[in-house]
Amino acid sequence: MSAAGIAHCKRLASLFAEPQKLDVLSVTEWDTLIRIARRGNTLGKLAECAQHTTLNTALPGAIGNTLQSALTLSHRQERAIRWEIQCLRDALADADIPLVLLKGAAYLARGIPAAKGRLYSDVDILVPLERISDAESSLMKAGWASTHHDAYDQRYYREWMHEIPPMKHWRRGTVVDVHHRILPRTAQYDPDPKRMLAAADPVGDMPGVFTLSAIDMLLHSATHLFHEGELPNGFRDLLDIDALYRRLAALPDFPASLHTRAKELELTEPLALALRYAHRLLGTPSDKPAGSTPRQKMLDWMYLRALHPHHPLLDTAGAPAARLGLYIRAHWLRMPPHLLARHLGRKAWMRLFPEPDPQLEKKEGP
Amino acid sequence: MTLAAPEAPLSSLTPDRLKALLSAGRFGLKTGPFTFRIRSNEAIVAQNLALLYGAHTVVDTPAFADFHVSIDRPASLRRWLSPQVYFRMDGYAPFYSLPAQQAFAMLEWGMNWCIASNAHQYLLLHAAVLAKDDQAIVMPAAPGSGKSTLCASLTLNGWRLLSDELAIIDPQTREVHGLARPVNLKNASIDVIQKRYPQALMNAPIPDTKKGTVSHLCPPPSSAAQHQKPAHIRWIMTPRYNAALSCSPTELAPRNALGLLIENAFNYDVLGENGFLAASRIVSESRAFTLEYGNLDAAHAWIAEQLK
Repeated sequence: MSAAGIAHCKRLASLFAEPQKLDVLSVTEWDTLIRIARRGNTLGKLAECAQHTTLNTALPGAIGNTLQSALTLSHRQERAIRWEIQCLRDALADADIPLVLLKGAAYLARGIPAAKGRLYSDVDILVPLERISDAESSLMKAGWASTHHDAYDQRYYREWMHEIPPMKHWRRGTVVDVHHRILPRTAQYDPDPKRMLAAADPVGDMPGVFTLSAIDMLLHSATHLFHEGELPNGFRDLLDIDALYRRLAALPDFPASLHTRAKELELTEPLALALRYAHRLLGTPSDKPAGSTPRQKMLDWMYLRALHPHHPLLDTAGAPAARLGLYIRAHWLRMPPHLLARHLGRKAWMRLFPEPDPQLEKKEGP
Repeated sequence: MTLAAPEAPLSSLTPDRLKALLSAGRFGLKTGPFTFRIRSNEAIVAQNLALLYGAHTVVDTPAFADFHVSIDRPASLRRWLSPQVYFRMDGYAPFYSLPAQQAFAMLEWGMNWCIASNAHQYLLLHAAVLAKDDQAIVMPAAPGSGKSTLCASLTLNGWRLLSDELAIIDPQTREVHGLARPVNLKNASIDVIQKRYPQALMNAPIPDTKKGTVSHLCPPPSSAAQHQKPAHIRWIMTPRYNAALSCSPTELAPRNALGLLIENAFNYDVLGENGFLAASRIVSESRAFTLEYGNLDAAHAWIAEQLK
């Protein structure tokens, strides 16, 4: 990303942190800001922030309309996720499995600022490995069905991954990702899900609903983002990390407690990356990133070209190469080389000669 | 290369200036409550905009645009063999690429997509909207129901065109906003309209699109001039073409009319309670019909009758 691109990211983050700064934007600045925020799936966040400024009513009609639209959509999502949480809790209660929420749904349940105006694609939950088939059948009884019917996909998920194939509700069309681990079984790092589950916190006003502990939420968010192969929501996820970090910063033994926990769970590497780029792109008040090994330089080159909203105003010539590099890196971390070769070979073959599958979601035709 | 005034009708631009504004991405087009900023190097896009949007307002480099869109060829070898174009909004391509000769049709579909998937400040229906003064008739219907044919013929018969695809309704005031963009005609309806209205201004039909052959009918200048004037919904009418009938209207009970609006809404679920309140108030403030028709004259006569 260009220096101007980094400036745009920092600017957006600082506006989220201090909404009163929105008061002085010109119409043209709003135009650019809205475009970038929309592309980064963070327009709802911007609209939430604008609500808390004094000049909301003074905004030119079209800008106010755009923010109103984003607010309407984010309220709808919030309603839908709250409803989904209740449905999931009731379904799992059937098998006496507590509902442990991950990522977006957890931030929402906890009322963390990162959740305000956030867009969600699905709900992620964590279930102990030994209860996974009970959870699956309880969810099936309540209307969720597995989405990947292809034998290869089933095996990919069940033998190698950290989650079972996504389950989709037959009526609402909502998707739940049921995880039993933090990272794939085949991955290089091996954080113990039992430790995270043991530290899970009940949500005060939602009986039967849990989230990871505050520190584990940050570690999970970091781990997830820095093992991700495609980063369409990379910027949003980095904002989550920023918000989670700022929230913890008030604790007395912070950040020592964070680093101790990261060591326990073997997640120091993704944490270091998360804080490095949150600091550089968003100005997160973490320690100044250190280290300039060739490997670190390579990662910087890639991540600083891929973590911003994928908007033409911010993209540089190297962006496609950086994204390809990160795609390969993610798979490298995910699987040992022989499995990786097999898996990518299969994916390439399926791209050339796809088997029609009516269950797969089609891209909209015009 | 600037406009004489900050805003001017598109017809006042020379072809060269239009082309230059489009390729520099400075071309702002106002349509109803929205401003689109469009970038394209496709000649077919410039030609069709000049032909079909002459009475619309153009802004050079608008300070704010609701949607920044582009129609461009990807930088691949394929551009020399069978050139394709992508529609993008802020770099995001919601559709697969299409052959370059469909570039303008794709822009039209893309503009509809921008509104339908982003303008949740409104209740959005898949419907044609026409008006006499500020009294509007909203025609929600599934594709293939003869909605566009009826919409085009009414437009050419003195009705003001607000939209052939999208009813853009303010959930608080229940006013419906217009766009006065070209009517998208498909397959047999192109011939029907051409034979009936030989003077109607249409672009050259584009064959082999996903929707068959399509052609765009230019909105009458009087409709385009009033593109920013909303109207009140007085009638809801869902048309259904049936060659065996002349014209057979059936009044709809309010609960069925409400169902019809909800079924044809793009974002009823997004608006939640406000969507329900708006839709039910619209139903209580208007009369609703199903109109099966095989004869356009009879359908026009019946609709005119309702106005009295």
